[in-house]
Amino acid sequence: MWSCLFSLCVLAAAALPLRANEIDRLVSAKLNAEGRTPAARCSDAVFVRRIYLDMTGRLPPLWVARQFTENKRANKRVALINQLFKQDAFADYWAMKWCDILRVKAEFPSKLWPNAVQAYQRWLTDAVHDNMPYDQFARELLTASGSNFREPAVNFFRAVPDHEPASLASTVALTFMGQRTDNWPRARRDGMAAFFARLGYKGTAEWKEEVVFFDLPRALKEGMPAGAVFPDGTPQELLPEVDPRLVFAEWLVAPDNPYFARAMVNRVWAWLIGRGLVHEADDLRADNPPSHPPLLDWLAKELVAHDYDLRHVYRLILNSDTYQRSCVHSAANADDARGFSHYLVRRLEAEVLIDAINQVAGGSERYTSEIPEPFTFIPPQQRAVALGDGSITSPFLDMFGRPPRDTGLESERNNDPSDTQRLHLLNSTHIQNKLQRGWALRQLMKRAKWRPEPIINQLYLTMLSRPPNAGELKVGMDYMAQEGLKRHEGALDLAWALLNSKEFLYRH
Amino acid sequence: MTMTRREMLKTSLAGAAGLTLCDPLLARAAVAPPVATARSVIQIWMWGGASHLDTFDPKPGAGYDYCGPLDRAIDTNVDGIQIGKLLPKLATQADKYSILRSMTHGVNGHETASYLVQTGHKAGDGLVYPAVGGVVSYFKGHNAGYKGLIPPYIVLTKPQGRFSEAGFLGSRYKPFATGGNPSRDPFVVEGVVAAGISRQRQERRRALLGSLDTLGRQMKGNAAFAAADSCQEKAYDLILGDAGKVFDLTEESDEVRDRYGRHEFGQSCLMARRLVEKGVPYVTINYRNWDTHKQHFQSMQRQLPQLDSGLATLFEDLGERGLLDSTIVWWGGEFGRTPKIQWDPPWNGGRGHFGKVFSSVVGGGGFAGGQVVGATDARGENVADRPIYPRDLIGSIYELLGIDPTATLPHPQGLTVQAMPTASDGQDAGRLYEIMKGVRA
Repeated sequence: MWSCLFSLCVLAAAALPLRANEIDRLVSAKLNAEGRTPAARCSDAVFVRRIYLDMTGRLPPLWVARQFTENKRANKRVALINQLFKQDAFADYWAMKWCDILRVKAEFPSKLWPNAVQAYQRWLTDAVHDNMPYDQFARELLTASGSNFREPAVNFFRAVPDHEPASLASTVALTFMGQRTDNWPRARRDGMAAFFARLGYKGTAEWKEEVVFFDLPRALKEGMPAGAVFPDGTPQELLPEVDPRLVFAEWLVAPDNPYFARAMVNRVWAWLIGRGLVHEADDLRADNPPSHPPLLDWLAKELVAHDYDLRHVYRLILNSDTYQRSCVHSAANADDARGFSHYLVRRLEAEVLIDAINQVAGGSERYTSEIPEPFTFIPPQQRAVALGDGSITSPFLDMFGRPPRDTGLESERNNDPSDTQRLHLLNSTHIQNKLQRGWALRQLMKRAKWRPEPIINQLYLTMLSRPPNAGELKVGMDYMAQEGLKRHEGALDLAWALLNSKEFLYRH
Repeated sequence: MTMTRREMLKTSLAGAAGLTLCDPLLARAAVAPPVATARSVIQIWMWGGASHLDTFDPKPGAGYDYCGPLDRAIDTNVDGIQIGKLLPKLATQADKYSILRSMTHGVNGHETASYLVQTGHKAGDGLVYPAVGGVVSYFKGHNAGYKGLIPPYIVLTKPQGRFSEAGFLGSRYKPFATGGNPSRDPFVVEGVVAAGISRQRQERRRALLGSLDTLGRQMKGNAAFAAADSCQEKAYDLILGDAGKVFDLTEESDEVRDRYGRHEFGQSCLMARRLVEKGVPYVTINYRNWDTHKQHFQSMQRQLPQLDSGLATLFEDLGERGLLDSTIVWWGGEFGRTPKIQWDPPWNGGRGHFGKVFSSVVGGGGFAGGQVVGATDARGENVADRPIYPRDLIGSIYELLGIDPTATLPHPQGLTVQAMPTASDGQDAGRLYEIMKGVRA
């Protein structure tokens, strides 16, 4: 094993200058074989918006967008990527993704309860913020013991609706191996379940506190379940004095584990590129092969060779030409979703969208909780991305496909457009009020002294991160000059139109 | 595994009555897709749980500590059926609905009881089932060729919250909550009717949006964008086209609007009638303020006359328009309220939660009217005859809609999940055969 790891490191070091291009080499090879021409590199204005949304779930501030496009340095994209890792918004956004997968929710069917939800979300956010190596991250979630309020990682097991070893194993397989145990033969499921058979849960004097622990007395008394087998088929004898979760975690995060790193890099690829090398991103199995097998292998090796540093994988992908391609595809490539010939447009997630609307209009959203207890206090300026608790009530988030966090499946998040979503954005009092009452929009118009041209320019820069082209400027000027329209109505209608444009609603 | 009280009751009942559904062969025979008599459901959800004693199960003989000032029952237009004295208009329509007086589930928490009554499943087995409206929307909505622009599952006016109405079916089967208040003019339906934006400005805005769709124009042929465009077209058909006029209550005569009552509930009933007239399969009126722990009787004096005019006129109007045969009206909340009144402070004459027994009302769409099913004891504290579980009622509604209660629902993890629990789950759903017209037991 060690020699293998060593040789990987040597290989990685030797390949250093080529590394960023390896993705592009493998993607291009396949595009060439299919006779497809990839889209051109995206413009700086598109890039700055895209990278902000993809890395932090936020729109770039106006001045950043402007400075970036004016910046002449050759490596400015690399520098911006490195800089965004350091933002708190990066940690908030990626912690949200983990909260989806780990079913972070106060109430029903996982019953974490608000206090534990907060502890767990904080722990996950810190893990992203501090760039905790992914093997350590998994090990801590899998092996933690203690109170749900004081040892946040134990909530990994508490978020599973029942305590059956088979359900725990199924959650572990989905989360860290991208495997659905429903597809497994019975023996394989039972073999893995044995590792989670001696987990204990007990309440304390504090309300809703629960301690999760390895039940050593029970293990000593009843012995360990027989038939523990790792999912790769290796049998393992369990000793009563050793927490079997530790044994499983050691196997899982070993550098030669066939599932662990592959599942994770596939998720990262799917999160950043919009579609997994294996699709669905959490459904890795022999009869669902990756679109680019060598690329998946290579990314997994990179993750292992870099001590499970996820940001290394992010960097590889974000700095590749494949990621930085324009979304505007040729007619021939319109149907290409698996070859990555162009950037895939996706509607902003519910949370990102409402945060973006509040950011440009200048306002906030009211979130409430039905759970009567003090930990559910939600400050007025709360961003949806950082909400943490999936039980928080918000008709908007529900309408725009926030995952219910019932199953931990990637497919729970629904970004498909619907008629009711369209109605809401086009014509609801909710959105209309945001535009009419938002302090940022009012300030923008005041600063522009209500003159149409600066208003249009500023609206484009704030909302779409680019200036209007000549045609758009003329359309806007003509609109605002119409008779029977008050000056603020004209400006609001323009903001309304930009908010409803695909360029605002989609990652592109 | 321990048996709950309910399961025990169920098992002993099945033994006593010899319920045939336990027999797998017979159960399979019952699976033949039922013939639909109903096309739509109007569900009047009594949010918080309405008192059964003060509405459809009066106990005038139980004394002041049970009846308070509502100490009289009134005759209805059906011989032998009496209801509470604050419901005189409903008394004239009793031939159109049946009263289920022995509803029971024994749960006294709002959330778990609501979940149980709205899904037919008990909470806590790890799955989150869809509410009846979600299931109907799945079987009778867009998948079944429902073409209306109006969403197939509508809630007047606020969503029910707390639990996800669509359950594991996902957001596509969630209800469209109108927002606004139908007793105001205009009824501002969120997204469809905007207050203060003229038609001319709407049209100008639409044109502006079209001419500024720069990215959309660059990406002709993109499937994701094409789907978004089609949603936008449909949205505008509702905003500017004729379909949205269904929400314009000023199209109704003053006489009709007055008859329903010029309050939120009355006009919601009228709105519901207009929606089922257009073929909408499921409308829920989320009727709030029935969780009357304190000063219960003051609330009843204020609210029951509104319930009376709205619901009675709904039955009458549906009947006059020939819609009652195809429309199920289902009235009820998550539980009843304690028969014994809490006179002491802080309640000052209040009633608490009571899941042990409560009343529901159903009529139309194949449910016979003019019947009482089940009975409670002298003080309305226990089921005296024929317990009815929420799953029995829901299973019956599905059957009248032509939905097989044992049909499989799509589950995200590919589990086989049936709409209603069956004998193999230890809680088979019965049916209300005694009031289901033309359906053989």
